[in-house]
Amino acid sequence: MKLNDLERAMQAGELGPAVKAAIGHQVQVGEFFAAADFVPVTQAHVMADTESLGVAGVQWIESLGRDDPRARVRVPTIMDPRGTDFAKASVLKHPGWILDLERRAIAAFRRLGIMMTDTCINYQTIQAPARGESVAFGDTGVVIYCNSVCGARSNFEGGPSALAAGLTGRTPRYGFHLDAQRRATLRLRADWTPVTLNDWGALGGLIGRLAGHYWAVPVVEGLDRVPGSDELKHFGAAMASFGSSAMFHLVGVTPEAARLADTGGDALPVAHRIGEREVRALQAQYAGEKEIDVVVFSAPQLSLYELRDLAALCDGRRFVKPLLAVTSPQVKPDADRFGFTQRIEDAGGHVLAGMCFYQSYAREIAEANGWKRLATNSTKMVNILGGYGYVPLLATMEQCVEAAATGRLP
Amino acid sequence: MKTLVARQAMGRAVRGEALVARDGFSARYDLDRIAGTFSRPAHKLAGQSYVGRILVLDTAKGGVASAWMLREMAARGIVPLALVFNSVNPIIAQGAAFGDITLLAGFECDVTGAVPHGATVALDPAARALRVLA
Repeated sequence: MKLNDLERAMQAGELGPAVKAAIGHQVQVGEFFAAADFVPVTQAHVMADTESLGVAGVQWIESLGRDDPRARVRVPTIMDPRGTDFAKASVLKHPGWILDLERRAIAAFRRLGIMMTDTCINYQTIQAPARGESVAFGDTGVVIYCNSVCGARSNFEGGPSALAAGLTGRTPRYGFHLDAQRRATLRLRADWTPVTLNDWGALGGLIGRLAGHYWAVPVVEGLDRVPGSDELKHFGAAMASFGSSAMFHLVGVTPEAARLADTGGDALPVAHRIGEREVRALQAQYAGEKEIDVVVFSAPQLSLYELRDLAALCDGRRFVKPLLAVTSPQVKPDADRFGFTQRIEDAGGHVLAGMCFYQSYAREIAEANGWKRLATNSTKMVNILGGYGYVPLLATMEQCVEAAATGRLP
Repeated sequence: MKTLVARQAMGRAVRGEALVARDGFSARYDLDRIAGTFSRPAHKLAGQSYVGRILVLDTAKGGVASAWMLREMAARGIVPLALVFNSVNPIIAQGAAFGDITLLAGFECDVTGAVPHGATVALDPAARALRVLA
């Protein structure tokens, strides 16, 4: 990789050992992907729950700040959801060792100058990047939304790489920082436009399966209306989860696809047509049981509008099964102010903030609470939780609330 | 002896038993990282131990957690010996770099069809080579 004077100084250790290690890591990854040079980034977003970090990862983060007083991020660097909500840890039955490890990680990240925003919907709550803005974002749902809907530029940056980008203020220029990688590679036609959030998620999951890998960029024609931010959130998060996809185009909707030809999609044959039948078939794969143990709304964290809808569905209900609604620390105070939290909790639910269910020791939660059959409207989450021993069940928000009230999905 | 050449490679030379499947890989989605086994029921290697094996799979899937998890798995000694993919996403490359795990990716053929399940293979990242020994 071609390095400038500042980058060579970083590499030589002139800005301290933490920055030296960070740029060393970035050069190794950049050379693996044949990056020509670095691109400056304006923001970094670090995925670093302690279930992923483990003790070894937390010790490594602690060592950065302890061993190098100059170890501070150079650009605004924010945080993905944590492994718990301390205010609700007793509901989740998170043991003390999890809370202790979380506290250590939080202290270590703060020491590096990271803002503990604890959110995977930063594009709805903190600062959405502008078209063409290069950033270093973790969380696949964040990356696919920002690339596709905002027109910003990011690769999937795992925790170590996003942290490195925060420390150096740059990232290797490969993948979705390059114009060529943003061109459509797979042309699809939607013969049906989703209705509910889990429909949008299921369509995204289907497209992710068809795309199949990170470097594929689907372009979709045929939707009969412009989806809103929450719909695009579920659509993109599921696509990234099922397909490791980092970008999509919706013709006439997303900023780099005003016309099909803008994406290069006009030169591609229509590879697949997707209708309601295909979406229902994917949903049917997560409809194996009716009895449920728990309802979870999470992955991605809920927006204020989703909590508003959920609160309305909870009015007059009394839940016989636990219902968890997970949002960001930015949204939670507004949900409190507007009474949404109260209405959900009056029905017997819980509103949690700053975590995301699958990033919060889902296996340990299941064992401690005896939860196995989990109902959700998140297509991303049903794709993940099978590996954690759950029987994940995909349904609409209305059906999930009904299940919390009766113990069964309708 | 069959030799396959990768387009991308990093890490140390290693030799071991190949665990092969035409399926994806995500440390969070697919593994019981305590038991050291594939745990997602639908995965083609479900129930099999990955510890000390060279995983030969189609592509990296899912989320960003693998970038941290590979190092954490290595710290506990419950980790694959190396990773080989037809195609790789940035997370796995970042995780392999952070966790000091050998990684090869990108072949002229389908690597999951070219390497027999259970074969002994040698990986030489400096030469970008995968050799099927037995």
